[in-house]
Amino acid sequence: MSNLNSKLNPKLFDADVEQVPIRKGFGEGLLKAAEIDKRIVGLCADLTESTQMLAFKEKFPTRFVEIGVAEQNLVTVASGMAAMGKIPFVSSYAVFSPGRNWEQIRTTICYNNRPVKIAGSHAGVSVGPDGGSHQALEDIAITRVLPRMVVISPCDAIEARKATLATAKTDSPTYIRLAREKTPIITTEEAPFEIGKATTVFKSEMRNTNATTRNSGYDIGLIATGALLFKALKVAKKLDEQGKNVIVMNLSTIKPLDHESIIKLAHETRAIVTIEEHQIVGGMGSAVAECLGAHFPVPIEFIGVKDQFGQSGKPDELLEHYGMGEKDIYSAAQRAMLRK
Amino acid sequence: MSLTDEKIKFLETKTKEIRRSIVESLIEAKSGHTAGPLDMADIFTYLYFHALKHDPKKPDWPYRDRLVLSNGHICPVLYATMAHAGYFPLTELKKLRKFGSKLQGHPHREFLPALENSSGPLGSGLSQTVGMALADRIDNGKTSGRQFYCLMSDGELDAGNSWEGAMIAGKERLQNLTAIVDRNNIQIDGFTEDIMPLNPLADKWRAWNWHVQEIDGHNFRDIDRAIGQAQAVFDKPSVIIANTIASKGVPAFERRFEWHGKPPTTPEEIATAREALKNVRTLGGHVESPHHS
Repeated sequence: MSNLNSKLNPKLFDADVEQVPIRKGFGEGLLKAAEIDKRIVGLCADLTESTQMLAFKEKFPTRFVEIGVAEQNLVTVASGMAAMGKIPFVSSYAVFSPGRNWEQIRTTICYNNRPVKIAGSHAGVSVGPDGGSHQALEDIAITRVLPRMVVISPCDAIEARKATLATAKTDSPTYIRLAREKTPIITTEEAPFEIGKATTVFKSEMRNTNATTRNSGYDIGLIATGALLFKALKVAKKLDEQGKNVIVMNLSTIKPLDHESIIKLAHETRAIVTIEEHQIVGGMGSAVAECLGAHFPVPIEFIGVKDQFGQSGKPDELLEHYGMGEKDIYSAAQRAMLRK
Repeated sequence: MSLTDEKIKFLETKTKEIRRSIVESLIEAKSGHTAGPLDMADIFTYLYFHALKHDPKKPDWPYRDRLVLSNGHICPVLYATMAHAGYFPLTELKKLRKFGSKLQGHPHREFLPALENSSGPLGSGLSQTVGMALADRIDNGKTSGRQFYCLMSDGELDAGNSWEGAMIAGKERLQNLTAIVDRNNIQIDGFTEDIMPLNPLADKWRAWNWHVQEIDGHNFRDIDRAIGQAQAVFDKPSVIIANTIASKGVPAFERRFEWHGKPPTTPEEIATAREALKNVRTLGGHVESPHHS
């Protein structure tokens, strides 16, 4: 697959592609970061195993604080620990943290400028059978709106590990978005990860283009965040096989937004589809639209949840039901190209 | 931590100056809170001029005690006390709530880095203090010598986050933590027991495994004894429920919830406040808990 970035998993499109939950990468990253930096402490709200903080707790029991089912306390205690020089990682489900405790995050972490790292697991409808109450679809919106907050949505477990390690080294309040279910390993150990940098993960080899094409020859740009990057890549492969010139971007840092790369992509493709497992309102696509609306307006189609709550079901049937399946991405790409 | 008569006299004089500064800064600001700042002046004075280990010239001295103000709206007393203690010039107090001022309407450490925390939204200060005390215990064990104080209002005990903080402090047996509740019995909409009853307040704290003391918050000997005892308790966090008289020092405003969130503005109100605070007088309120059994 020559179009695929060479640092991606070579078995990506195989039927037996390795699948690992993104949250697992967080757990591994936290353990490693804590071995390197003894300022790191972990706090959890009664979800230690499920949010993958268990290994940290077992290895560093004196640096772990069990908060119980109290997410407001989770982040405010963490803020106090950060005030004393600690680098606290707090984990819960995204609906509860940064959901239930948003104001405490705003005031005691962002306004106070404390380097607390918030890991929100079980984001998106792919949480599955737990149902809509537990499927966070608003977390990107409510975190990216906060001054000083860094927002990262890794595409797979490897990237989640790198993101966790990278964020352990910064002074910024940070939100890391994690998912529950196993999803394909898209990247490799060698793939670059830098907070604030988007990466091109797929780029069609340029073919002769339609003479009427006004741009540099690419037909469509797909910008994805989180595990849906995998579906974006599959759609890209299909479009490419149909003769379209496609670029796919992994936008794992949603804030600070990589304006330069997004504007460059818009220049090259003149039509964009944004793909995220989140409400369309206020999410990653909105961030891209804010950027392009101001700097280089092009048609944008948005893949995401359309102002609804989720429900119980299997991850894939939910993704399709709420318009985030491969078919939806494919037809959004067609619409975006027609709007050029 | 015993107080000599001379020290008490000094603290009384200092508190009078601080109360005056509070009122003058509020008059200048034309907005802000009067009742809480006035009724907490004795405790702030005691802490900054007697109990706290701190260095106003080196506010980031790492071994300082930490004082977290949870109910940020009473910051006029924090600012006035810090100014009198030497953190910044007294002239700054005239800039309370003005554009670009160090002295934001609610405390913001970005504008005044000597603050331990920014606050305003109620109910979150105790948990932050718990986090500080926990971090200190992780690094230094149970005998670091640093004390962690959280100053809170009674009204903010309506907020669940306050009790979440109380629960974990009890669980963790944070002996280095002292919470001081300004029990002035008022909040914006009325008397606390009408808005959302808190009594039996001491029992609530005891239930979370706290050492509880109820004192007259205007009596330096009471305050001193309570702080001394709080520090002597080795296996529990301590709460001092300081019974205070809202707007203490200006009798015309005292005990009235209407003065929770407004400054003296009319010429009569301004004259009343200034006249009341003219002379040094012993302000010991000899307040009994209204619900003492």
